[in-house]
Amino acid sequence: MSVFNVNEIREDFPILAESVHGKPLIYFDNGATAQKPQQVINRIAQYYTHENSNVHRGVHYLSDFATRAYENARSIVTNYINAAHSQEVIFTKGTTDAINTVAFSVGETLKPGDEILISGMEHHSNIVPWQMLCERKGTVLKVIPVTPEGTLDLAAFDTLLSERTKLLSIVHISNTLGTINPVEYLIKQAHNIGALVLLDAAQSIQHIPIDVQALDCDFLTFSGHKVFGPTGIGILYGKKDILDSLPPYQGGGDMIEQVSFEKTTYNGLPLKFEAGTPNISGAIALGAAFEYLNSIDRAGAFAHERTLGAYLRERMKAIPQVRFIGDAPETCSTLSFLVGEIHPFDMGTLLDKQGIAVRTGHHCTQPLMNQFNIPGTVRASLAFYNTTEEIDSFITAVNRSIQLLS
Amino acid sequence: MSTTINQIQDEIIEEFAMFDDWMEKYEYIIDLGKELPLIAEEKKTEDRLIHGCQSRVWVDADVHEGKLQFTADSDAIITKGIISLLIRVLSNQTPADIVKSELYFIGNIGLQEHLSPTRANGLVGMVNRLKSEGLKHLSK
Repeated sequence: MSVFNVNEIREDFPILAESVHGKPLIYFDNGATAQKPQQVINRIAQYYTHENSNVHRGVHYLSDFATRAYENARSIVTNYINAAHSQEVIFTKGTTDAINTVAFSVGETLKPGDEILISGMEHHSNIVPWQMLCERKGTVLKVIPVTPEGTLDLAAFDTLLSERTKLLSIVHISNTLGTINPVEYLIKQAHNIGALVLLDAAQSIQHIPIDVQALDCDFLTFSGHKVFGPTGIGILYGKKDILDSLPPYQGGGDMIEQVSFEKTTYNGLPLKFEAGTPNISGAIALGAAFEYLNSIDRAGAFAHERTLGAYLRERMKAIPQVRFIGDAPETCSTLSFLVGEIHPFDMGTLLDKQGIAVRTGHHCTQPLMNQFNIPGTVRASLAFYNTTEEIDSFITAVNRSIQLLS
Repeated sequence: MSTTINQIQDEIIEEFAMFDDWMEKYEYIIDLGKELPLIAEEKKTEDRLIHGCQSRVWVDADVHEGKLQFTADSDAIITKGIISLLIRVLSNQTPADIVKSELYFIGNIGLQEHLSPTRANGLVGMVNRLKSEGLKHLSK
């Protein structure tokens, strides 16, 4: 393993050499999806070229091979997040699917009046499944308020927690604000009153080390495509005894032990939660993405990213009309901002013309936008393959756009 | 005789041919956005709002001597500039001409990316709304 060198790392990501509108691509939309290293792209091609077969069923060579590759990917993820058993790692379609699984299965054990606690900075996918559960079961949704600087109101959190709270479902790093939440504290407090905790790691798995045993969360969810893997694959981690005690989410192939018209029994973990033919190539390629992260100087990569994030904030702060949406003391390399009265759509369009990909809009956090009383933000979200030179070009492009728009 | 939809489209194409780069083009679109006559505040109602836009867009239509007059507004200036071009082409035309019009100028001046249904500015929605206003008055 060599020491982190951003120029060498960039060569692993072929798309970074693309041009957009005749200008070199500057990809600052990593919060939406991350680019893929050649190793991941090759793994998908290799699977379909040499290994394609259905898993867990066949007696033939290829099926056995595909099954071993699929289960090997599960082991890689298990080790990466330091889960105690590979049965605790469920392949899902993504974070949304993983949260819906928990909302359904835990939801089946809840009674009217039981409370679910989320926060005001959740992505819609950590709001709507709980609202659907509340409609179905008569449970009550409570929301931890967000402070003007974009942190959780911890005093309010302490008051909202009660013996009625059955589950805390909380985002680790906000996709809109970049805020890193004090999850160790939140998990400990929730456990003290006997509530389960789901940690939405969709925006943290690619930025900081995740150790589910050290965190002691009961569930953890993330999407493969945001951590340099393919789309359509994600992970639900759950503690074994909890997952064992829950009813399955969807019924179908793979999740059963015995089926008869009188009585069907379910498979054990993890297959109990993997109904139907899974996204085999996606799972295997997600394994390749984590192998890639294991092969590079990860600590160096994450440190580079923190340096970039701090540099971006420093340079942006120097532009007088710029105002940050969320300026928490602990943030990752994601920055939401507005410039004077300029509409985010106008800024995003002009940045695009200069080869820069950012996200504009509400970022699937409409309640948060309502709280700040804004239609949306411009969001720059960085990854370890970005450079300080790209940030310099970004600043020039922002200034040029301000000139054009005022 | 009044100017036809295609004559106006050709005029716009000619104007845009003079721009050397994207900056000049967008400067012009931004200026058009600033000049667009505002829709009256009380007309910014839910039924005049085009949904699916990242920027909010309102469109209002009036008939005057058999011809449709459009006014529109948006909170994003580039969106307003593009609407201004659409209105220049389609306003003061008969419902029949609006319905059968083919808006080739958009692609010709390099704004086709704004026509993609995945784009958040809702240009497709705007064109549909202008044409459906034409259709509405055609059947009256």
